[in-house]
Amino acid sequence: MKADAASSPYYQKLREVLAQCRAFLHAYLQPEHLAQLRPQLSFQTGVLAGFALLASFLLGVTNCSTQGAIQQRLAEDLKNSLAEVVPDDLHDNDLLQDTVVLPSAEFNIGGEQTTVYLARKAGAITAVCFKFTAPDGYSGAINMVMGVDRDGNILGVRVVNHAETPGLGDKIEANKSDWIFKFAGHSLDNTSPQQWAVKKDGGLFDQFAGATITPRKSVQAIHRGLQFFQAHQAELLNH
Amino acid sequence: MLLSDTFKKIAADGLWNNNIVFSQNLALCPLLAVTGTATNGLGMGLATLVVIIAANGLVSLTRHLIPNEVRIPVFVLLIAALVTLVDLLMNAFAHELYKVLGLFIALIVTNCAILGRAEAFASKQPVKDSLWDGLMMGLGFTLVLVALGAAREISSAGTLFANASLLLGQSFKFLELTVIPDYKGFLLMALPPGGFIMLGFLIVGKRMIDRMLAKKAAATTEQAADLISEPGV
Repeated sequence: MKADAASSPYYQKLREVLAQCRAFLHAYLQPEHLAQLRPQLSFQTGVLAGFALLASFLLGVTNCSTQGAIQQRLAEDLKNSLAEVVPDDLHDNDLLQDTVVLPSAEFNIGGEQTTVYLARKAGAITAVCFKFTAPDGYSGAINMVMGVDRDGNILGVRVVNHAETPGLGDKIEANKSDWIFKFAGHSLDNTSPQQWAVKKDGGLFDQFAGATITPRKSVQAIHRGLQFFQAHQAELLNH
Repeated sequence: MLLSDTFKKIAADGLWNNNIVFSQNLALCPLLAVTGTATNGLGMGLATLVVIIAANGLVSLTRHLIPNEVRIPVFVLLIAALVTLVDLLMNAFAHELYKVLGLFIALIVTNCAILGRAEAFASKQPVKDSLWDGLMMGLGFTLVLVALGAAREISSAGTLFANASLLLGQSFKFLELTVIPDYKGFLLMALPPGGFIMLGFLIVGKRMIDRMLAKKAAATTEQAADLISEPGV
């Protein structure tokens, strides 16, 4: 079979064409030949367009092929951060599957709507958690997640991602400092509106040396997040 | 030695003589932004190292193809595409590392040193030399970032390599040191102006060492000249 294929006229033809292409490319890509082409305007345009095309093609392919993996990683991240703000012993359901979407435009916590993940034990709601955003961080949005128990006490808050200054503003991350842990146990009842601020503004929470805006905006967003919970508390608990 | 003279010269240029920061004074924007701690400096340095090697290789590979008139847009295109590729691939396949280094990767696009190497070296030299130049320039840059980060971290917080285990893994926990216990902190050094000041001191130090070496070299040549001329007298 192999010998037949090798001797068939189509195969011979293909080999010839390939050899011609290679010879042409070899001659074309000689530095001397390219040096002659480079001053031509059409060649310059072609090279620029070619590189632009190649770059967009590569980026497009990479984006498409990594999109699924990135989504999956983000879902894992979300699951992990939800697990951090809602202890495992508070629920026996899958948080990512048990959700309700509520309007949140008036609270300025990121979007028009916020997905609330419900933690149930034996069918009864024990806690809720949701992602929210401080849209006005020092360098862009700070995305956070918080867990709240039935009575409106914070179980925990975590920063999911942000673009604050490395070394200064990134102390809002749980693994860089213990700042974010200080919110656990606070609620709208035991902390007055004046206290929901950084110490510099007369509130209860620390700012960082060299970065005031990041913690200030985070505290304000956490406060607004609690107000969002309170507004929907009755509805959520009877869900 | 194993290395040819050209390669030795490229290495000396990248690491010391023509160092991106010390001599070319390039890349100050990402430099001052992230060198608050030695760990951040190391992260930024490593991420830049990868991109500069890849960019140098690509530019050198296509150097005959790129006309002089459109070289800058093509270089910018190549570097921006490369950084975005690294960003996407790391996010998908090295997610843990990405969570630590991700902050720095976007900053690499603003790093004019990479464009500078493409323009000054890779567009005129063979691929092998360019890759080596990228490695050495990147290493030189990393060294400066770590040195500056360490100097600023010690003077601002009294620690060294804080949070290094987040970047390098738990086995590097031993790097995390408290150099000055009970240090009250010196905020200026953690802020960008402090970076400028500390960088100034480092550059002065580098120049002083250079001058000392030059004096020593001059003294040896004089001696040698004496020795040679003596028998003739």
